[in-house]
Amino acid sequence: MTSSHLPPNGSPLLDTPLHLAVALDGAGWHPAAWRESRARPDELTGARYWADLVRTAESGLLDLVTIEDALALQPTVPDGPDDRLDRVRGRLDAVLIASRVAPLTRHIGLIPTATTTHTEPFHVSKAIATLDHVSLGRAGLRAQVSRPVENAHFGRRELGEVSLADPGTPAARAFVAEHFGEAEDFLEVVRRLWDSWEDDAEIRDAATGRFIDRDKLHTVDFQGRWFSVRGPSIVPRPPQGQPPVAVLAHESLPYRLGARQADVVFVTPRDVEQARAIVAEIRAEQSAAGRERDTVHVFADLVVLLADTAEAAQERLARLDERAGAPIASDALVFAGTAAELADTLLAWQRAGLTGYRLRPAVLPDDLDAVVGRLVPELQRRGAFRTAYGEETLRSRLGLPHPANRYATPAG
Amino acid sequence: MTQPSRQPRKRIILGAYLGGVNHHTVWSAPEADSQIAFSSFRHLAQTVERGKFDFFFLAEGLAIRERLGRFFDQDVVGRPDTLPVLAALAGVTEHLGLIGTINATFNEPYELARQLSSLDHLSDGRAGWNVVTSFDAFTGQNFRRGGFLHRDDRYVRADEFLTVARQLWDSWPEDAIEADKESGRFLRPEHADAGRFAFSGKQFEIAGRFTTPRSPQGRPVVLQAGVSPHGRDFAVARADAIFSPFHRLDEAQEFYRDIQRRAARAGRPPGAVKVLPSASFVLGDTEAEAAERQREIARQQVSGRTAQILLEAVWNRDLSGYDPDGPLPDVEPDVEGPRIIQGRAVIHQDARQTAAEWRELAEAKGFSLRELAIHLFSRTEFVGTPEQVADRLDSFVQNEGSDGFILGSHLTPTGLDEFVDRVIPLLQERGAVRTEYTGTTLREHLGLPST
Repeated sequence: MTSSHLPPNGSPLLDTPLHLAVALDGAGWHPAAWRESRARPDELTGARYWADLVRTAESGLLDLVTIEDALALQPTVPDGPDDRLDRVRGRLDAVLIASRVAPLTRHIGLIPTATTTHTEPFHVSKAIATLDHVSLGRAGLRAQVSRPVENAHFGRRELGEVSLADPGTPAARAFVAEHFGEAEDFLEVVRRLWDSWEDDAEIRDAATGRFIDRDKLHTVDFQGRWFSVRGPSIVPRPPQGQPPVAVLAHESLPYRLGARQADVVFVTPRDVEQARAIVAEIRAEQSAAGRERDTVHVFADLVVLLADTAEAAQERLARLDERAGAPIASDALVFAGTAAELADTLLAWQRAGLTGYRLRPAVLPDDLDAVVGRLVPELQRRGAFRTAYGEETLRSRLGLPHPANRYATPAG
Repeated sequence: MTQPSRQPRKRIILGAYLGGVNHHTVWSAPEADSQIAFSSFRHLAQTVERGKFDFFFLAEGLAIRERLGRFFDQDVVGRPDTLPVLAALAGVTEHLGLIGTINATFNEPYELARQLSSLDHLSDGRAGWNVVTSFDAFTGQNFRRGGFLHRDDRYVRADEFLTVARQLWDSWPEDAIEADKESGRFLRPEHADAGRFAFSGKQFEIAGRFTTPRSPQGRPVVLQAGVSPHGRDFAVARADAIFSPFHRLDEAQEFYRDIQRRAARAGRPPGAVKVLPSASFVLGDTEAEAAERQREIARQQVSGRTAQILLEAVWNRDLSGYDPDGPLPDVEPDVEGPRIIQGRAVIHQDARQTAAEWRELAEAKGFSLRELAIHLFSRTEFVGTPEQVADRLDSFVQNEGSDGFILGSHLTPTGLDEFVDRVIPLLQERGAVRTEYTGTTLREHLGLPST
């Protein structure tokens, strides 16, 4: 192992294991992905397609998969959708995809996306708790605020006409502030509901005829600006206690949400310096929120497109861009190169304080197969990635302790 | 057995449910297992799929029940969320329909329609929705809109909800996706705006694009529960099947025939609306043994304490001071005061009249408080040897009592094992249930027209 592969404190890599996630969305993150020869564009809403992808990711010992979703069709433009014919359109509820594949997998974490703006925190809390029960402790939640186009699908809000085409306008800024404020309350309620049953509330005490110890159930009594929720949940506390919560963040307000409420923040640096600045900002927010002792992961998102040589990868990218009619537009850096080069980048960026990566395969299944078949062995050769699954739950794999229940009174 | 000679023999539709939050589940039995663990759901679903059942059915609750401001602790408390469990079951079964009860009052059509359509995709056409409504302010406290829906508005909302849901399910033409890699057309040009919808009503004012392509069944199967005149009209106008509470053959026939008449008036073809009561059974090697087992189970289901609480739902008073082995309370129900039991469906419209009827019944039969509760709340409809139970189930359906049953048991999750092993073969022998699945979708299992 060379010094360039060591994290900043100089300790061996396996003491600070690299976490690897894969972000699954449609046919992949490149808009022309669905036209590739191995793509399965007519199966994108089929269970077999999703089961194949997640099982592939599990065969690569990845920490977790995320599954994208929104309460609107895929956008081409910020306020989309438009009437383009050449882009993937249509998708399924991500929580249900994750639930569908849960019994078919054993180890990999399953983090579906759920919208926080128009949904009920009570419903989302019990859905993720149930995914955790169904997967025996492998569930997580990626919380996402909605885009303006989703408002009309619910009709419950009068927010006026907002365009996100220019995020700098006062209206767009107000929209973002409103939605992220609500998301913070939303996650607070989801977490309280997960705690609303203590772990050992079900006692089945035949002698006294009591199924539960009702003193171990708690109302959450949340009153906020956007909603109030009484509780408790109808679902007993999930196996992980608190399934890990993730957010994708591109700027200060979302960084703050992540630092306050999340266990994993997905960020989109363009280089190691930017990664360092983002990590510093999130750590500062974490301290400000009194969470400096909590583990909050910061994973960099990268769109990845792999090939045997750098030239072949660039050619693939050029071919896909040409088919799409324009270079891929992405919030995250687009990496086109070899698995070894990607491994170099991941390990180099780790020095910025990143704790892991969420790789977005440009083409499915091709780039997922390459992550599993090329990148993972390369990282393993360098001693930078696990060679077997160890921990039982997603929390424990992420190094998160079993959380105390905020409502539990200490024994004794 | 009497059987209308001109009609072909009707096949019995069979659903199965996992007992949960009610007094029917005997959680204290030594062989009783988790009400939450997925292994319980998998066991039951795979068992009834082995028995070639039509579907698995899940009930719903959206608040923990309370009595005098404290959480219930006598019966099963807690249950998993409906749709994720059904989606997971889709992964461990191949044919079984998957029907979930979901409240139209505390959901939004865009979100729920896409979840149900997603379940239909993920199960290759096996999804169903039992639509229920509520006007319950206690449960409303768990949701954004809070408060409650006026009693009369709940069917307005449910009606609009179904209208929107259908519009959304129909918003993607079946052939909208071309996915032609060569031409680069993902959507067919004539369907460039697939998913476009707009609805304006009293409850919903929404428009936009639906996210989910047309599912294998087109529309998931819709069940409706609720037997008021309004509920019946709603069901015959909107539903593929009705979840009915009638078990006595004369009552059941009256309901069944009323539904057929209403359905015909609503322009539905014969057989388009199935009637499915919930039912339970107890088997024994002899009739006497089955009857003895039933008595034992009933006493386990309705303890003295449970009996008091079941009557409190009508009396709306704390009855814990009344001896369960003594006579019924000598006081009248409190119809003015706040409800002492919250989070349970209100069934009794006129508490005083119900109380008077129950007193009369208890006096005539010499029932104690607990015996009355057992009589009223612990009825097991089909008790006997496997041959007797098979015969009675078949006879009930052939004589227009229903189109089939949604079967439950007092024991989670193995309560239906015995039924599948001992009764199903007898029903198969007489041609009353299928021996192999012949269709792939729930709609096909139920003999419903495609959409």
